[in-house]
Amino acid sequence: MAKYLLLKHYRGAPAPVNDVPMDQWTPEEISAHMQFMQDFAARLEASGEFVDGQALSPEGTFVRYDGEGRPPVTDGPFAETKDLIAGWMIVDVDTYERALELAGELSAAPGAGGKPIHEWLEVRPLLTAPPTITE
Amino acid sequence: MSMVDEALLRTLTPAVIGVLGRRGADFAAAEDAVQEALVEALRAWPDDPPRDPKGWLVTVAWRKFLDAARADASRRDREMRVEEEPPPGPGRAVDDTLQLYFLCAHPSLTPASAVALTLRAVGGLTTRQIAQAYLVPEATMAQRISRAKRTVSSVRFDQAGDLATVLRVLYLVFNEGYGGDVDLAAEAIRLTRRLAALTDEPEVAGLLALMLLHHARRASRTGPGGRLVPLAEQDRSRWDTGLIAEGVTILQAALARDRLGEYQAQAAIAALHADAQAACETDWVQIVEWYDELLRLTGSPVVRLNRAVAVGEADGPRAGLAALAEVSPGLPRYAAARAYLLERAGDLEQAAELYAEASRAAASVPERDHLTREAARVRQMLRP
Repeated sequence: MAKYLLLKHYRGAPAPVNDVPMDQWTPEEISAHMQFMQDFAARLEASGEFVDGQALSPEGTFVRYDGEGRPPVTDGPFAETKDLIAGWMIVDVDTYERALELAGELSAAPGAGGKPIHEWLEVRPLLTAPPTITE
Repeated sequence: MSMVDEALLRTLTPAVIGVLGRRGADFAAAEDAVQEALVEALRAWPDDPPRDPKGWLVTVAWRKFLDAARADASRRDREMRVEEEPPPGPGRAVDDTLQLYFLCAHPSLTPASAVALTLRAVGGLTTRQIAQAYLVPEATMAQRISRAKRTVSSVRFDQAGDLATVLRVLYLVFNEGYGGDVDLAAEAIRLTRRLAALTDEPEVAGLLALMLLHHARRASRTGPGGRLVPLAEQDRSRWDTGLIAEGVTILQAALARDRLGEYQAQAAIAALHADAQAACETDWVQIVEWYDELLRLTGSPVVRLNRAVAVGEADGPRAGLAALAEVSPGLPRYAAARAYLLERAGDLEQAAELYAEASRAAASVPERDHLTREAARVRQMLRP
C-alpha cells in the first residue's frame, strides 16, 4: 500500500473544462456536487482506501523568520496570481495507477449544468518511513 | 457478553478520584490511576461485569496507584505514607466532585487543556475518546492532559474555584463538539446537569437551560449529507418538546431569582425561538430586548451583530442594516448578516456578492456550503 495526496487548487492549476464559478451554479447543482464529494469519500472508506480529507479556507498568509528578537515577516493575504490550495484527500492504495484512477473519478464531480467539472487534481506520493528489509 | 455501561463508568469517575484523594493520593496520580482503571473496566466488564462497579473501580484504581507509587523509587516517601492508608481527613467544605470541576477548569489552564482535563477527570472519558472527538492523535491529547495536570499540580484541592471558568469550559464542550463515537453535546449536558445539582447559582441553571433548548433543535438543524438548515427553515415538528419544556422550566426558576447573567439571557433568546410554532410567529421584539440585556452584560461585538439581525426581523431590514453599521466589518459572519439583510431589503445584486464573500470567509464546511448555496439562490433570482 502507498499513500497519495490528491490536491485540489483554488487557483494555480490549469483551468478546468467546465469553468463556471460555483456561486453561479444553481443551488441544486451545488447540492449535487457536495453529494458527489461525500459519496466519493464514503466509497473510499468502504473500500479501505480513505485516509484523510480536509478543506482549507482561501485566506492564507506567508510567514518567515526575520531574525532574533524581531517579529516574523508576513506576506499576505495572497495576491491573486499565487497558487492556492483548496483542500486535499489522502488515499492509501495498492498502486499508483489506482491513485490516478481515483483522481480521475474525483475530477468528474458534477458542476454547472450537472456536467463534470474536469478539473485538474494534483497527485503526489507521500514519502514513507524506510522499509525494514533493504537488501 | 454484556455491553459495558459507559454512562455509569463516567458518572463514577469523579467520585473514585475523590476516594483516592482522601486516601492521600495527589490529584495527578489519582487521576492517572482512575484513567487506567477505566481502560481496564472497558476491557474486563463485558465478560465479567462487577456486582459493585464503584467498589471495583476504587479497588483497581487504588492498586494501579500503589503500583505506580512503588515503581517510582524516588517516591519512596510517599509510598510509605500511602501504604499506611490514613483515615479520611477532616470534613471538606466543598464536595469532591465540585472541586474537580474547579480544578479542571482552573484559570491557569488554556481553554483546550481545561476542556480535555474536564472530559477526562470529571467526564470519565478515555484519552482515546477525547482525542477522537477533537480529531487529534491520541499521543497529542495524552500530552495535553499531562501538561495540564502539571500546571494545576500546585493548586490546593480544598478551595472553592471560579465558577465562571467552569461554565465557559462546559459551554465550549457543548458548542465545539466535533465527532468520534462520543456525543460531546450530550456529555456537556450531563456534566452541566451534575454541576447544577451541586451548586445554587442561577447562571449554572441558565447554561443548562441554554444547552437543553439548543439540543432540542438538533435533529432539525442538519439536512441530508450534513447540510446546514437555518432556524427559519427548520422542521419545527422535529424539535424535542420534552427538552424544550425542561429547559424553559429551569430557565424560569433561574430568572425568578433576579440575578441575570449572560447564559440566562442567551437561554431566554433560545426559549423565545422554541416558543414560536412557526418562524413567522417569532417574538422578535422581545428577542431584541434580550439582546439589549446581553449586550449590557457582555459588551460582545458578536452579540451586537446578532442583535442587528434580530432588529432586522423586528423593525425591518433597513433598521437592521442601520444597527449593523455599528458593528466592525472584520467580524466573522458580518458579510453573511449583511447579505441576509440586503436580500430582505431587495438589494439582490449586492446580497449575492456578499453571500459569496461570506462563503469564502466561512470557518466550517457546512457553513461554507450553505453560504455558497445562498449566493447561488440569489443569483438565480437575478437571472431573467
